[in-house]
Amino acid sequence: MFSLLRSMWLVFLHMFHKRETYQYPEEKAPLPARWRGRIALTRDPDGGERCVGCYLCAAACPVDCISLQATEDEHGRRYPEFFRINFSRCIFCGFCEEACPTYAIQLLPDFEMAEYNRQNLVYEKENLLINSQGKYPGYNYYKVAGMAIGGKDKGEAEREEPPVDIKSLLP
Amino acid sequence: MSAGHHWLVIGGVLFVLLNTAAGLIWLERRMLALWQDRYGPNRAGPFGILVVLADTLKLFFKEDWIPPFADKVVFVFAPAVVVASVLLSFTVIPFAPNVLVADFNVGLLFFLAMSSMGVYSIVLGGWASNNKYALLGAMRGASQMISYEVFMGLSVMGVVILSGSFNLREIVEAQKSGWYILPQIVGFFIFLIAGIAETHRLPFDIPEAESELVAGFHSEYSGMKFGMFFIGEYMGITLISAMVVTLYFGGWLGPAFLPPVIWFVLKTFAFIMLFILLRASMPRPRYDQLMEYGWKILFPLSLVNLLITAAIKLML
Repeated sequence: MFSLLRSMWLVFLHMFHKRETYQYPEEKAPLPARWRGRIALTRDPDGGERCVGCYLCAAACPVDCISLQATEDEHGRRYPEFFRINFSRCIFCGFCEEACPTYAIQLLPDFEMAEYNRQNLVYEKENLLINSQGKYPGYNYYKVAGMAIGGKDKGEAEREEPPVDIKSLLP
Repeated sequence: MSAGHHWLVIGGVLFVLLNTAAGLIWLERRMLALWQDRYGPNRAGPFGILVVLADTLKLFFKEDWIPPFADKVVFVFAPAVVVASVLLSFTVIPFAPNVLVADFNVGLLFFLAMSSMGVYSIVLGGWASNNKYALLGAMRGASQMISYEVFMGLSVMGVVILSGSFNLREIVEAQKSGWYILPQIVGFFIFLIAGIAETHRLPFDIPEAESELVAGFHSEYSGMKFGMFFIGEYMGITLISAMVVTLYFGGWLGPAFLPPVIWFVLKTFAFIMLFILLRASMPRPRYDQLMEYGWKILFPLSLVNLLITAAIKLML
């Protein structure tokens, strides 16, 4: 009996506590920097697309909401011909971000994506690309990768020695 | 009391009562939110009061569905019973010296009879729904009502002994020398607990226990038929609060700087707040615990209270 009265009193005292509610549209909740929200394709420091069309994100996606087609430009650089994310399926798990070898696909702290028309939730590449390097500034995949592309031969990447001719006996 | 005045009182009581019951939806949600550190409905209108209007409109526009397996006549009849019985109980409550609908010399008995009638709506609604959860809820409602009705009647007999009348107006007038909360404190607590059980409010909402029985006896109801059960419950809260005030807290009596009817409303709302606070803080007891509590503790206690009150009355 006493415990019942005590709990009533304690609940009554909550009248004078601060309310926990965020009055949402006027007052936004603070989102941490690593919050998994809207997916974006980032660019490298030179402004080029980071995505190399490796399909790992599409393979990692548990709900198959990522669709893309890789192609190559005249310099031999791979890039996605189209890149499509269906956000009405996306569960914001972040597996695509983990799978991406070039830090191209990144989840941003933004969730306000509501649409009246469901089809508007399918984002194409021009909707996904952002003019930013995201969480990894200074990273440029083709500058550190050993692969030869137009304008950069083997051994010319950053922190890379020229290739060794293993058939030669000279030191 | 002229005929014109009488009709005015009837219309006024109906108007105030129905609006109070609707307004309690908003009040309860706001108070629950306040005690849970939230805001509750605060968008529609000032302090969100128009949520009542939105809720009512929503109920009107919902599909008024009668399940094909239900007993149709009884199914439609049941929700009307709860509203009618509660509204009838209000006829005997004296809101102020001149504001009462019927100056009944057995008003208290009439109240007890009418509040027991309310159980018919639960039983008939649960039975007519032809749904096992609804029937379980109805059975619980019936047995809860039977066990709590007994000592609800016994607990108010102390008041009747002290005032020597079943007339609620005379009971209030007999409290001019002192409210009955002091001599009848045990009776007050028993009546309050029985009243909570009578309106099947939390923590005694066993007939509808949503975590066990979907929604209990009104599982199959929708639209305005559900709204009737809903309004009936809120009017029941108002009724029990008004009865507590009439029997134990001196009804309209109070210092003269406020008119009597204002005193009555203030006291009633204090008890409505207590009902809401109970909902915010109490866990629901198990069904057998509720029965045990009623028959083994409250029932003997109310008998002892009656015995002692009668003995003291005889000695004086």
